[in-house]
Amino acid sequence: MNMSNLVRTGAGLLMPFVLVFGFYIVIHGHLTPGGGFQGGAVIATAFVLLIVAHSRETIRERISLGFLKNTETLGLMLFIVTALIALAAGIAFFGNWLVNTGSLFGTPVAFGINPGDLNTGGVIPIMNIAVGLEVLGAMSVIILAMLSVVRGDA
Amino acid sequence: MFGDIPFIAAGILIVIGIVTIVTRHNLIKMVMGLAVVEAGVNLMLVATGYRDGGVAPIFTNAPSTDMVLPTVQAMTLTNIVIGIATTALLLSFVMIIYRKYGSADVRDMRRLKG
Amino acid sequence: MIWEFWSANAPALLLAIPMLGAFATPLIGRMGKTPRNLWILLITALTFVTSAVLAVEVYTTGPVIYTFGAAASSAALVSDSGGIPVRIIFNVDAMSAFMALFASFVGMVAAVFSFPSGKMESGRDGYFALLLLLLVGILGMVCTGDLFNFFVFLEINSLAGAALVAYRIDKGVAVEAALKYAFLSTLAGLLVLYAVALLYGQYDSLNIAVIAERMQFGFLDKVALALLLTGLAMKAGAVPMHFWTPDTYSMAPSAITAFLVVASQASLYGVFRVAFTLYGLTLNYVTIGWFIIILGVLSMFVGVSMAIPQKDVKRLMAYHAVSQTGYMLLGVGVGLAVLGDPVMLESFGLTAMEGGIFHIVNHAMYKGLLFLTAGAIFYQTGTRNLNKLGGLGHSMKWTMLFFVIGALAIAGIPPFNGFASKLMIYESVFAFNPLLSIIAMVVSILTLASFVKVFHAIFMGPRQERYAEVKEVPVPMLAAMGILALLTVLMGIFPQQIVDLVISPAAGALVDQGSYIASVMGGL
Repeated sequence: MNMSNLVRTGAGLLMPFVLVFGFYIVIHGHLTPGGGFQGGAVIATAFVLLIVAHSRETIRERISLGFLKNTETLGLMLFIVTALIALAAGIAFFGNWLVNTGSLFGTPVAFGINPGDLNTGGVIPIMNIAVGLEVLGAMSVIILAMLSVVRGDA
Repeated sequence: MFGDIPFIAAGILIVIGIVTIVTRHNLIKMVMGLAVVEAGVNLMLVATGYRDGGVAPIFTNAPSTDMVLPTVQAMTLTNIVIGIATTALLLSFVMIIYRKYGSADVRDMRRLKG
Repeated sequence: MIWEFWSANAPALLLAIPMLGAFATPLIGRMGKTPRNLWILLITALTFVTSAVLAVEVYTTGPVIYTFGAAASSAALVSDSGGIPVRIIFNVDAMSAFMALFASFVGMVAAVFSFPSGKMESGRDGYFALLLLLLVGILGMVCTGDLFNFFVFLEINSLAGAALVAYRIDKGVAVEAALKYAFLSTLAGLLVLYAVALLYGQYDSLNIAVIAERMQFGFLDKVALALLLTGLAMKAGAVPMHFWTPDTYSMAPSAITAFLVVASQASLYGVFRVAFTLYGLTLNYVTIGWFIIILGVLSMFVGVSMAIPQKDVKRLMAYHAVSQTGYMLLGVGVGLAVLGDPVMLESFGLTAMEGGIFHIVNHAMYKGLLFLTAGAIFYQTGTRNLNKLGGLGHSMKWTMLFFVIGALAIAGIPPFNGFASKLMIYESVFAFNPLLSIIAMVVSILTLASFVKVFHAIFMGPRQERYAEVKEVPVPMLAAMGILALLTVLMGIFPQQIVDLVISPAAGALVDQGSYIASVMGGL
């Protein structure tokens, strides 16, 4: 089942904007409303957009299920490893071992009203990215799995 | 009185959801009923943290006025995530059942009995 | 060095290890079947060791506090928080440690039993990942000291459990059972969450200890109590919310059924924690105690009377599981009903509670064993129908022996562990109300009758033509059943030692609301 040329071109045009918006929500999760789950869900809708515009078979040829599952596993491992490093650093599980250290995401947060600095938050942005990867992988896998049941070609 | 409206709405949503689950025979509609119950519980959670004239709880935007409570919002988000997982799982089950039985009517689901 | 690190972070590692194991399973699974099985064995064994380390710590030095994300994990209160714990806190007392210990043990046995997969190799990585996540859910539920966290782990428990029940699609019937289970669990979870919202709105905290300290037992608290008890009793499979148990337990793979018994008991733990620790003496304990007793007696009676006419061996065992849950509710309910009376509590209330709690672990052992033997029989014959089975005693001698041990234990015949805990319940409940004790004994006799029938139908009689090819199950399955059988016997021979060592501190921890609160709020 293929949509018209208009729909396919429109989807292709919209695609980068949806992706950029999704990754923006993921990466700015510690500054503005949003976060890993929300951003990951937005990116997964871009995937749905592709499936709607092109057929499921075309998408399955271009993007392998293994790649999506790997993304999911990578996100989960990043999450749990970040939490475990806190134990190695001598603080409690899930402790924030990067905050206020001056290194990556380690700038102290300024007081008062300010636009916010991306380079703050310690492990929180890392966890957001991990959750974002996990959600975009998992949602895409769920969508593909559900579609395969509908078509009857599992 | 005005402040109670969200709680009343949450109660109404929950009742609508439970009535849907009990009276409908289509499995998809029953899952929808469950989602409505969940929406009611979410509304209840968010409403507990609301305060009149409060602003969004963002640290770097914070003026020295009142904020709404962020904890319940975090709880609501967690419940939304859990809700998506449950709904996806339930709908996949319904799809498999439809493929195997040729029906999504709960009255045809009587193979397990006794 | 390593020991200190291990024991200091035991509550966190208890969750971190199975979570890491679950997330890495798809990667390890690519290397093949044997590395994957070794990985699962390693992870479950490490989890069991961690829970043992934690249990030793709790039983020797008292409740352990673990504050997630804090600079120092033992500090529940931050200096500028105004005396309110702000983070997620794990509060592991003797009861929690005891539950975690045997839950991780049964998880390990279930994993070992699942190694020989027969024809079902596809999707096996997902199966083990979900098994580990179910373990995470159970361990989190029993260890957490935070109500919302409890809800999250309850949902992990339900989701992983439901997906595992549907693992063997079986012409859609297993999926139907899983749908029922997932639907009810989600509804139960939402009831619990609503109650959590009510309590949070009242007391501005999610920590069980803080809420317990401030508990007023007003109207909204009563509503919250009703919602919590309904939701958790639904998940625990007590009458009248038991209708999902026979479907779910009979359709799930047998190792999963054995583990789901523990998952239900984690909800039962939730009922006890809510009644004793969250509300404690503020609630109308005589009424609630009698409510739990009546639930228990109904569960015992309905369960056993529904079990007798069953044709499907696992369905029959599932109804017996409902019936045995009744004993635990009865024992602990009697303890709750006399909570406010120190004399009665001392003379028989505590013994009744110890009996009920001892029955939880005994039930996990012998019922797990029985479900595993049913799984072994299904593995070799492909049927669970009692009318079709017969004559297996000739070819499956070890399975028959394990079945006999489990059956005698569930019927309360000495010297098996079921007898030890049932005797404690009979004696103490007799002092409370003789009628209840007599009902419990009658149910026990009916249970024995039912299992004699099953034994006869499966193992006795001449060797049958269609089962000529049947032989004993593979070694991992035998090992899993053997270790449960061994424990069933050992716990029956040395009941007093186990009760003194493990069970009475757990019962004491449930009754002692004050020290639970003090372990979090003690910094003040």
